[in-house]
Amino acid sequence: MGITEILFWILAVASIGSALMVVTSKNPIFSVIWLIVTFFTISGHYILLNAQFLAVVNIIVYAGAIMVLFLFVIMLMNLDKNTEVQKGRWMRLIGAVAGGCLLLVLVAGLRSTEARATQLGTGDIGLIQNLGRVLFTEYVVPFELSSVLFLTAMVGAVVIGKRDQTGRAAVATAAATTAGTLEAE
Amino acid sequence: MAEWVITLIEKFALVAIIVTVSLVVAMYSTYAERKIAAFLQDRRGPNRAGPFGLLQPLADGVKLFMKEEIIPNTSSKFLFIAGPLLAMITATMTSAVIPWGPTSTMFGHTMPLQIADINIGVLYIFGVVSLGVYGIMIGGWASNNKFSLLAAIRGASQMISYELAMGLSLLAVLLIVGDLRMSVIVDYQIQHGWNVLYQPLGFFIFFICALAECNRTPFDLPEAENELNMGYHQEYSSMKLGFYLFAEYINMFISGVVMATLFFGGWDIPFFNEAAHGGAWWVGLLSFACLMCKAFFSIFLFMWIRWTIPRFRFDQLMNLGWRGLLPLALANMVITAGLVLWLNNDAAPAPQKGVISQPSQTQQVSLTNATHQ
Repeated sequence: MGITEILFWILAVASIGSALMVVTSKNPIFSVIWLIVTFFTISGHYILLNAQFLAVVNIIVYAGAIMVLFLFVIMLMNLDKNTEVQKGRWMRLIGAVAGGCLLLVLVAGLRSTEARATQLGTGDIGLIQNLGRVLFTEYVVPFELSSVLFLTAMVGAVVIGKRDQTGRAAVATAAATTAGTLEAE
Repeated sequence: MAEWVITLIEKFALVAIIVTVSLVVAMYSTYAERKIAAFLQDRRGPNRAGPFGLLQPLADGVKLFMKEEIIPNTSSKFLFIAGPLLAMITATMTSAVIPWGPTSTMFGHTMPLQIADINIGVLYIFGVVSLGVYGIMIGGWASNNKFSLLAAIRGASQMISYELAMGLSLLAVLLIVGDLRMSVIVDYQIQHGWNVLYQPLGFFIFFICALAECNRTPFDLPEAENELNMGYHQEYSSMKLGFYLFAEYINMFISGVVMATLFFGGWDIPFFNEAAHGGAWWVGLLSFACLMCKAFFSIFLFMWIRWTIPRFRFDQLMNLGWRGLLPLALANMVITAGLVLWLNNDAAPAPQKGVISQPSQTQQVSLTNATHQ
């Protein structure tokens, strides 16, 4: 077993374990923190695939910006067992059924695809220079379209924020702006 | 010994030296801060412990270690301890990609004075900076204190807001250099002159954002003591408090080094040709000293600003970040991009400008093959 394989197994166990912790944690703050850990392990997978740029952008955008805003909102809501209205038994049952249906669809979808390992060219497509070249030549139209999409989200957040005149909109604006700008980068 | 063992030892030694240097510099920054404050306010400052009070940081450290450690009952204990740890880790992590000197021959073999020369160096710094907010947020929330939480949220929103302008001002530098590798950025400045000459506005924006990211006055709202008692570390005592205070000084030192590397030629000694001496050990040390002097100057600037300018109000801070710096940084980036495009169309592309120069034919073919698979 090579060093890459060992690292892969460690990372795989860590990412699945932390993803499970996101779901099973009682406290939403811990859920968010485990989600951040999950993003880190996913970045580790990117590095194993020789895609350093994706790895670091994943950390900057998701772990560094979006998760901060998640944490922000949850801290401000101050979810507490004593004050928060608990969902009834029926709601839990419905949730379980809906989640089970999603799992069924995912399993069915995965079953019909065949597992295959592809080596893309020389394997350094994830390096920033190659990625940039491909993005700005071959995929320039989808790239620009997605940036317009982000701009739309930003403008939408600002419009909603102006109408409400509440502080919460500022958070949404910041989220959209951060994501948009970093995407553009 | 195998080659990789030597490399491993070399890297470990470098990590140990760099972390020690950052800690010692941070320690004596507290002394410098008090001396500079005293100078600016016409006082004497600490002068009892040792000659000129030079042992004062040690005395402070011992005091912090000896104090009683209090963990509030109502706090979330794990996160309460994790907060200062995270602050400390993210503060020391940045130094990994900084070139501390030229490749030099020391103890009989040649090595680069840089821990990791990764091809996303600048983005790595940006990523670590964006993680710096977690130490404050988690610590502030885990204290289970309204003042701490408010301060933590202030700190987080401030850091997120200023990160954007910081990233955009960095982009302008990257457009000029054409590479994200820190060592290439330094080499480029040695050949073409310091980046601050091309990017004075970019440097100005970066400097202001660095002040905000380090939570230094005039942007030290997370620890505005007249509004929030003590700020996000209200409930902390002993060395956990010390870690928070220490992380701030390490951040200050590292941001000074980053600014020197990105805008002031890194380890480049002005008007001195390092390459002519073929990586002699004393050139390496001199370059390192030069980088340190540049960093110390910006630390001095930070302190000077702290004891001169009063604190902003929160809305003023947000206005400056979003309506002042962000459009300015955007304009700076667009103008720089236009100029780089215009000037590079005239001149033949230089070899180190990888992003702008055309890929070789074979590379292009393999790339298109790769994407069609």
